Amino acid sequence: MVAHAIFFYVFSIIAVISAIMVTVSKNTVHSVFFLILDFISISCLFIMIGAEFLGMIMLIVYVGAVAVLFLFVVMMLNVAQQKNQWFKSESTSSSHIPVGLIISTIIFFELIIVVGGWKYKPELSNPNTTQISNEISNTHSLGQVLYTEYIHIFQISGMILLIAMIGAIVLTFRRREGLKTQSYLKQISRERSEGIEVLEVQSNKGVKIDD
Amino acid sequence: MEYINLVFEEVYKILFLLVPVLVSVAMIVWLDRRVWAFVQKRQGPNVVGPFGLLQSLADALKYIFKEIIIPASSNKIIFILAPIITMTLALIAWAVIPFGEEQVLANINVGILYIFAVSSLGVYGIIMGGWASNSKYPFLGSIRSAAQMVSYEVSIGIIIINVLLCVGSLNLSDIVLAQENIWFIIPLFPMFVIFFISALAETNRPPFDLPEAEAELVAGYQTEYSGMMYAMFWLGEYANILLMCALGSILFLGGWLSPIDLYPFNLIPGAIWLVIKILLLFILFALVKAVVPRYRYDQLMRLGWKIFLPFSLTYVVLTASYLFYFNLLPSL
Repeated sequence: MVAHAIFFYVFSIIAVISAIMVTVSKNTVHSVFFLILDFISISCLFIMIGAEFLGMIMLIVYVGAVAVLFLFVVMMLNVAQQKNQWFKSESTSSSHIPVGLIISTIIFFELIIVVGGWKYKPELSNPNTTQISNEISNTHSLGQVLYTEYIHIFQISGMILLIAMIGAIVLTFRRREGLKTQSYLKQISRERSEGIEVLEVQSNKGVKIDD
Repeated sequence: MEYINLVFEEVYKILFLLVPVLVSVAMIVWLDRRVWAFVQKRQGPNVVGPFGLLQSLADALKYIFKEIIIPASSNKIIFILAPIITMTLALIAWAVIPFGEEQVLANINVGILYIFAVSSLGVYGIIMGGWASNSKYPFLGSIRSAAQMVSYEVSIGIIIINVLLCVGSLNLSDIVLAQENIWFIIPLFPMFVIFFISALAETNRPPFDLPEAEAELVAGYQTEYSGMMYAMFWLGEYANILLMCALGSILFLGGWLSPIDLYPFNLIPGAIWLVIKILLLFILFALVKAVVPRYRYDQLMRLGWKIFLPFSLTYVVLTASYLFYFNLLPSL
């Protein structure tokens, strides 16, 4: 049990510190790396409470795919320059900081409401609302609940994700003018006779090609 | 005291797994070069030791004694972390590979997800190396690599779903034991082919070695690395290739099971069968490197997203309906 407690505190301290570092580190790329560290320690905590499937899915989806895209975007944008524009110059600073302040205030009050909910509804803080049997692995038990009791919610969230994906493609897809694309079918269906012509070259006269 | 004994026991087990893995990584580098040379009618490394077997050792010594150069404009911490992360991730995935019944370091319930998660983390070593070098070619190489690895992970994930439908468990030992009657390569042969090609792309092997395409990007994300740090990237890369071969033999070639369950074959321990299968897959990897020309980047993306992804998704539907119709779905 002691080892369990030690590991719990190590992972949670890493999680909290890296969450703080996400917001305070100067370099945006470092922020993303701290976010990844945060995700990893959270998934370790998931594994420690016996939710190994959730922990692994967290690693695969968030760390393996979502954070890679974050990193991609942050590396491509010239964030340092933009940050200077946002925080240093007087002309634009007024437009961004208030928005951030409003959003963070809203999130702060939401957090208070969530934590307060435990106080007003004590049964919420009881984690044993659904019994998980020890005989089957938690992948099986998740599947049994997810695809029977919550099938509609599951399908609806899938549809929402699909719509979001299609929407993102529609919004960013555009055909540019004068783009030279290659047709694979055309490339592989070329014949030797179309590409090569054998010419009789006369001495001192040469041949004229490309006419 | 009890804890200390437990820790020592674990450390002993880990060393017993990691040392053979590292030695075999050195050996397969030699094998890779020999196979490559064999296809091109050259000799390959044949001077150091018998058949040149010690060539990798000599190379490693050379790398250790070389100077490590850290570019002045690089981000030093991340620059040093990148090869360490690549190599660590390539090695920790071996913890769940079963070499026989009960011969596994960590027999966890979600073994296949663990391997998948660790191999999807592998992209960070490359991105960090490319970004921290603060130079154009490494950065281009790492961006290519990130896009490539994320795309091919998707098709590998769906192929794994195909296998899991037939098994009904995420445990790697269960996956092997489910193949006692028939190896999955026979009912799922198209998936095996796609898995092999995706594994080539996932490990940045030719013909998909765009991230380090030497004709375009010098050495891709490794351009600024030298000495031991370069060697760590290189070790991590080959450990990943071996891991993909091991995963392929566990998912499709029956892991430690012998091909025929008859008298003389039964005597050979399962670990040897697994090693033989890994080696066969690796020789295929090496032959592909020698034979196939490099893909263009748009062709690579097209292959991943427009061909492999729809095809393997269709195959999931086919497998699931087949299993459902003939009542073959695995029970809990």
